Formats: sequence, C-alpha cells, structure tokens
Amino acid sequence: MQDVRDALYIGHRSDGTLTRRPMSPHLQVYRFRLSMFLSIANRAAGVAAALGAGLGVCWLNAAAKGPDSFRKVQKVTRHPLGRAALAGWTLALVYHVVAGLRHLAWDAGYRFEKKQINRDGPVAVGVTLGATLVLLATILGVAACRSSKRAS
Amino acid sequence: MTSSPTPRMDVMRSQLSRARGLGSAKTGVDHWWAERVSAIALVPLSGWFVLQVVRLAGAEHATVAAWGGKPANSAMLLALMVLTFHHMQLGLQVVIDDYVHGKAHLPASLLMKGAALLIGLFAVVAVLKLALARPDGA
Repeated sequence: MQDVRDALYIGHRSDGTLTRRPMSPHLQVYRFRLSMFLSIANRAAGVAAALGAGLGVCWLNAAAKGPDSFRKVQKVTRHPLGRAALAGWTLALVYHVVAGLRHLAWDAGYRFEKKQINRDGPVAVGVTLGATLVLLATILGVAACRSSKRAS
Repeated sequence: MTSSPTPRMDVMRSQLSRARGLGSAKTGVDHWWAERVSAIALVPLSGWFVLQVVRLAGAEHATVAAWGGKPANSAMLLALMVLTFHHMQLGLQVVIDDYVHGKAHLPASLLMKGAALLIGLFAVVAVLKLALARPDGA
C-alpha cells in the first residue's frame, strides 16, 4: 500500500476475501449537459479574460510611451492573428459578464430552479454570441470608417 | 439496571470547539463577498470601457493620448484597473485552490498574486503617465 488513502478502498466480498472497492464515478460517466459546459466555460473565460487584460495593459503602456510604441502595438492589433486574439478576448469577456450576471441572480435567489437554469443556458449562449458579434462588427466598422476618412 | 446515556450532540460543532469556547473566525465569507462586490462594480466600468474602445477604434496615438489626458477618463481607467486586477486575483485564487494541491499551492498562489499586483501597478502607472503627460506629447 503506497498511499494511506488506499486503506479506505479495502472491502470484503461476500465470501470474505478482500477486494478493492470501486472509486466514485469520474467525469466521463455523466451525460453531457449544457449547464456543466457553461459552468467550466465561465472559469475558462475568466482565465482568458485575465490573460487578455495583460495585453490590454500593454496597449495602455504603449499609448503612455508615445507614438512609436503605439505604432508597434497597432501592427499587432491590425494583424489577422492579433485580430483573432482580440476577438477571442472579447468573446471571453462578454461570456464572463453574462455568466457573472447569472451568478449574481442565483446568489440573490432568482432563476435557481433546475428547470430555469436549463432554460436560461441556451439564452446565455445566444446573448453571448450576439453581443460579441455586434461588438466586434461595431469596432471594426468604426475603425474602417476612421481609416477611410484618413485616406481621403 | 439503567443503561448509560448515549452521548449526543445538539449543535453542528465539535465538542472540542465548544469546550474551547471558540466560534467561527467570522471571516469565512470575505473572499466570496469581495468577489461579488468587485464583480458588481466592474459591470458599469466595463460597459464604459467598451464604449470608449468603440469610440477610439482605429485611432492614432494623438487621439488616444488626448483621451487619456482627460481627468474623468483617467479616474474611470484607474478604478477599472484596480478593480479588474483585484477581481482577477480573487478569481485565480479559487482556480489555484481547486487544481493545485500540496506543496505547490503556496508558491503558485504567491506567484499569481505577485504577478497580478505588478501588472496592476504597471497599468496604474501607465494611466497616470497618460494623465500627467503634457499636451504636446513631451
């Protein structure tokens, strides 16, 4: 016996011989539910938003340093990969806000019945995707307007 | 012959803790509560920041510098940065508590808190530099 916790797994068969008792079920035996994905997605979105905030601070610092640094940052934010990272950051932030508002509602005692939670899940997904797309389209649209105004 | 009375417990507290006269430390919900309060404060602050990002989308440095030079914007940015990094540190602490066990737990938490503090301070200094920069960019 390598681990003292193994002592808790010792059991007896009906004929009296020793056996190793089964462990509690692991994650893969449960049927997939949207609510369990949304729960872990909120945590993942929080971590992703934290990483993105680091990039946001880089942008702020470049603005404080001067035009040359700012141009370097713009090279990143205008590159397709940079755009993809910004889109991912936006998605993470929007979802973290949506899921956070749901958590606040649950903490206050609203929408916490199983039925309501299952009904609200797809709505949260829809709101997140919709808000993210509208936000990204608006930001890209304003940026395009500005660059075409500069060009003319 | 009387049977000896069975020991029973009327409260959900160990007999040792009752004997010592100790209650809860009364600080058990601090972390949870701070997470909620910072989350509520971040809702309007993030909404404001999103509006500013839309306004500044694709802007050149001069526009951004002028925006960052306005006291109201600096105050909102400072509040946003302090609360964001405070909230981030609270949230990442829970993640570390859940997934990092044993000896690695303390160094992992301290490393995360140190990084959050430093990046947050970095953000605050950048905002102050924008706020206090002279309009000619010097």
